[in-house]
This record gives sequence, structure tokens and C-alpha cells, in this order.
Amino acid sequence: MPRESESSLRFDTLAALQDAATAALVATGLFILLIGIRTEQGPAGALVISTRFGLLAEIVAAVFVGRLLVRRVIWRSLTDAVGRMIPTRVNSVAAHLATYAAAAFLVSALIAPVVFYTNRYWLDLAILIVTYTMLGFGLNIVVGLAGLLDLGYVAFYAVGAYSYALIAQHFGLSFWICLPLAGMLAAVAGLLLGFPVLRLRGDYLAIVTLGFGEIIRLILLNWQDLTGGPNGISGIARPSFFGLPFSAADNGFAATFGLSYSPTHRVVFLYYLILALALMTNWVTLRLRRLPIGRAWEALREDEIACRALGINTTNTKLTAFAMGAMFGGFAGAFFATRQGFISPESFTFGESALVLAIVVLGGMGSQLGVAVAATVMLGGFELFREFEQFRMLIFGAAMVAIVIYRPRGLVSTRKPSVVLHKPTAIAAAIAQDARAEPAK
Amino acid sequence: MSGTPVLAIEHLTMRFGGLTAVSDLSLSARAREITAVIGPNGAGKTTLFNCITGFYRPTVGRLQLAHPDGARFLLERLPEFRIAREARVARTFQNVRLFAGMTVLENLLVAQHNTLMVASGFTVLGLFGGSAYARAEANAIDKGRYWLDRVGLSARADDPAGALPYGAQRRLEIARALCTDPVLLCLDEPAAGLNNRESAELNQFLLDIRHEHGASILLIEHDMGVVMEISDHIVVLDYGTKIADGAPREVRNDPKVIAAYLGVADENAEAAEAGL
Repeated sequence: MPRESESSLRFDTLAALQDAATAALVATGLFILLIGIRTEQGPAGALVISTRFGLLAEIVAAVFVGRLLVRRVIWRSLTDAVGRMIPTRVNSVAAHLATYAAAAFLVSALIAPVVFYTNRYWLDLAILIVTYTMLGFGLNIVVGLAGLLDLGYVAFYAVGAYSYALIAQHFGLSFWICLPLAGMLAAVAGLLLGFPVLRLRGDYLAIVTLGFGEIIRLILLNWQDLTGGPNGISGIARPSFFGLPFSAADNGFAATFGLSYSPTHRVVFLYYLILALALMTNWVTLRLRRLPIGRAWEALREDEIACRALGINTTNTKLTAFAMGAMFGGFAGAFFATRQGFISPESFTFGESALVLAIVVLGGMGSQLGVAVAATVMLGGFELFREFEQFRMLIFGAAMVAIVIYRPRGLVSTRKPSVVLHKPTAIAAAIAQDARAEPAK
Repeated sequence: MSGTPVLAIEHLTMRFGGLTAVSDLSLSARAREITAVIGPNGAGKTTLFNCITGFYRPTVGRLQLAHPDGARFLLERLPEFRIAREARVARTFQNVRLFAGMTVLENLLVAQHNTLMVASGFTVLGLFGGSAYARAEANAIDKGRYWLDRVGLSARADDPAGALPYGAQRRLEIARALCTDPVLLCLDEPAAGLNNRESAELNQFLLDIRHEHGASILLIEHDMGVVMEISDHIVVLDYGTKIADGAPREVRNDPKVIAAYLGVADENAEAAEAGL
């Protein structure tokens, strides 16, 4: 036995060396033009070629050594660790942990403004994170539950924001009346998108929704009379505390409650507002999952033809998913408009759609906790690494690659059944299964 | 009840461009009977099923389904989900189509979607926790549990459907179809891939549900053991047309059927043709 493992070790080393050499070769090919050869402006104004082969050699050597290390040390220990974690029991432990994690998340979300009361920067970041969490929850209905890949989700965010801004400005209605209206208009936009794409699936659906997102943005950009075009809409009504404005005036929030005026009051109020909206979205989604419509969404994701054979109207089911997801996007949009006080088409580019989709996919499709974690990690991470400006994207990319390799189904990939028959739950069943497997050995 | 047709198909033709998959086919399936459709590969059996269940719209023909209460449905005019919901025709698929990522029990609840949808007040009442919905869901779970007991899958109710072995997946698919309370149950090769014991159990199960629930069953099957043992009535297709129709014993001895399945020597071919 030891001899065998020794020879396999030698073989491993050989393979690793070979692998590192390949990587070094690829690096040479990649960097020879990028780093090895440079053109510079000579004294006479003409371009002069200068070479930096020394630097190239250093980089290639670094790639070789790095690859070898990854292969020999990190890779192996990580795969070992992951391999040990695979058995069913870990999934049940993860499910257990998830409950605590969710509670911890909720508590920290609730006390965040108290902790960061004096730090406006962190408060703004917290608002941003919760906004994206809410967008993630909304998109999760479409992508995670119904399995419809939507790359134009930002369109509904935009519709919600512009609806709020225009209604509030032209009709002078309060935030609490505009909010449901904005959600409804976004839901209508969701239906409008839903109808033409009913027959499309997968890649084709993704392309059309991508186009829809761009169409909405271009309409906002070009319909100058209504939307103000590239100048956007400014002076959007700020939210009031159920009628009490956040101002230093005598009838303001601070004066009414006998507090000294502080601009932070409004920020804290905004934070709790978006948190309430996000929690409402979460509650509705969790409820819907246990209702027939939610099960039909998931069934649609699994097999559309079987759904039709069971008498499910797949047209309506898809449309409700689009409309429901869009509505929550619209709520978030209305919040965005009231928080910023200014909106323009620039805020609703494809990048936003991609970010929200990344949050949903990285979090684990269909998992509410996963979305919250992913939003925190991604947006928080962006801010955390702001100091390393130029390496930010590098770290971000590395994190993405790591997730794709080690958690291909997202951070939280366990799916909780919407209904359970046997009282001893899934956790116990998994352990029982282990127990049954034991004697066989 | 027995003897009245539950499904009457008249002059059904289905063309795909230049290919005629089913041509001028007329047949009827009687209530509370097991009707088998057999034939060599490519004879048009699955096309026939897809026409009955609305996945294909027939080029020509009339398909009439009769409920025990006298209601009649013209299947060629309904989209597939209304055939399942209103005409109550349930089907299984040749290559099992389960909701693999959902649990066994959830699969059975999805099958009761329309009943539950009404009970949940089209989601609105259910969202705010109406007790009517809780009751309806409990009933739906009971029904699911009943069928799981019948197909012997109760112990695995909370496992993902995709994790079941193949034979169990086939049984689950039949249980799921039965959860829709079908008037006509269409099974596309239910015994494919089953071993002898599983296949015998399936036979017994189909006979049982016919006796106890008065179900009418339409069956596509290659396994002659299954067909001959449980069918009341057999229809044989070849190249999209009906070549024989009758009780198992008659069909078994029909020279055209033997010719279609086994082929014939040249000198016998003419004799067989003449025997038309």
C-alpha cells in the first residue's frame, strides 16, 4: 500500500509540473504582446519598440510557481475539505445553520441604524444593500422559482422609479399612494414583457428580456417631453413620516417629537422603509412558495410540458411570475426615486440588471437567505475593497471563480420543501438514511 | 356503464408536412375498460396520444370524450391544459417527466393545482391565511398520501422525485396522473424499463384501479405480456392506420398483426393481403 501511494504521489507531482508548465506557456503567449513588447513615443515623435523580456520572464515564473502551488497545496486541501463536506448530513446541518443565520441577519439588519447612527457613509451603504436585497427577492421569483432567465429586470426598477417621480410631481400625491401605483405600473410592464416572450425559453428568453431592458432605457432617454431625457427628473418629493416632513420647521418630524433636528432622521427612516419593503417582499415570496401558484412556478421551472399535461395554464402562470417580480422591482424603484430625489436613465443600465442577477445566482437560486447574503457580500465587498481600487475587480473575479468551482449552485443551495408529509423532518430522514447504509459496509 | 364509449375517435389524420403519421383512424375506448394501442415502432401510437391530449392539433378528425355524467368534450378544439383540467384526460410520458427537483409529495400537489387554486381564492385568500385553503391543502395531502400508499412510495414522500429509482419514478408519474381524478387515463409505455416483478405489480395495480375507481385506461405498450394479460380491447396500428381491433385473443391470431410484427415470407404476403 505505501509503495502504491508513493508512486501515485510521484505521478501527481509529475502531472502538477506538466500542468504548471502548460499554464506558463499560456501565460507567455498571453503576455508577450501585452508586457514583453511595448511601443513608446520616441524623442522624434515616432513610435519606438522597447522590450521588457525580463519582466515577462518574472511574470511567467510567477504563474508557473503559483499554478504549482495551487495544484499541489491549495487545490488538494480544498477538494479534500469539500469532499468531506459532501455527505448528506452536512446539508442537514447547513439547513440548521440557515435558520440561525437568517435570524442573525434579521437582527443585525434591524439594529444597523443604531450602530451606524453617527456614520452616514455606512448608513447609505446599508440602504444600498437592502435595496439590492429587495431587487434580488423580486428577481428571485422570476429566475429562481419560475426559472425564467430575465436579463432586463432593471426595466421594472426604472418603470417604478419614473412612475413614482412623475405621479408625485404632476399630481402631488404622497409617497404612500404613489408606491402601490408605481408597483402596479411596473407589474403592467411585466405583463407587457411577458406576452411576447411566452413561447421562449432559456437563451432566447434571456436575449429578448435583455432587449426589453434596453428599450425601456432608450424610451426614457428619448421621450424628452415626459421624462426629461438625459437630464432626468429632479426635485422629486422626499418621503415624509406619515405626513410629517423631515425638516427643521416647526411642523417637522423632529419638532413634533421634541427632538433636535438632524438630517440623519430621514436617512434612518429611509433605511427602515426599505427594510420593511424588503421584509414584506420576503414574506410574500415565502407565502407564495407554499401556495399552489408558487408550486406551479417551481413545476414550470422543472418541466413545462408536464405542467400542461396536469391542466396548469402555463401562460397565466408565467405572466403572474413576471408581473409579481416586476411589481417588487417597481416598489424598489419608487423607493430609489424618493431616496435620491433625482433620477435619470443613467441609473438604469444593463449593469444593474447584471448585478441583481449575479446576486440571485450567487446566493442560490430560489433561496431568500442566499440572496440577502449575496447582496451583502457583493455590495459590502465592493466598498470594503474600495481602497485597493485597481485590484477590486480582480478580487471580485477571483471570488466569482471560487464560488463557481466550490458552490456551483450558489451559496445556499438547499431547497426547503414547501410541504412535508412525515413529522420527522428531512434532517432526521437523512440521518436515518446514513444509519441504514452503515450495516451494509 | 360498461360498453358505452368514453372516447370516440373518428377519421383522425395527423400530417407533419409531407409525412402522414396517423391516417384516417377511427377507434373507440369503452368506459371502465383497459384499451391497449399496440404496433411496431413508428406506427403512430404516441402521435395518437398527443392528439388525444391536445399536444398536437389534428389535421382532420373528431375526438369526442364523454363523461359519466353525460358531459361531452370535443378534444380537437381544446388546448392541452383544458383537456387535462376540464375534459379530465390525464397522461404519462414515454420518457418520464417528473418535477425532479421537487419532492414526491409536491409532485402530487402540483397535480391538484386547479382545485387548490380555487381553494386559495386564486392566491389572494391563501396569501392572508384563509382557513378554507388550509383545509383544502390537508385534503390534497391526504389524497396524495392515498395514492402514494397505493404505489408503495409513502416512505419516500419527502425525497426529491429525481432521486427515486426508475421503476418508482414510473409509478410516481402514474400516481401523479391519478391525482387529477381522470375520466380517461392515458399511459404511454408504462412498463418500459421495468423488470418482470415490477411489470407484474403494475398489471395488478392497473386492474385494481379499474375495479375500484372505475377508471378508463388507454395504454400504449410494447410489452406483449402486459398487453395480453390486462387489456379488454386491443387496437393495432401500423404505418398510421388501424390494422386490427378487437379482444386480445382475436388480435393475437390475426395474420395481419403477425405480419406487421414478425414480417412475412414473400409467398405469404399476397395471401395475407388477399385476406383483407
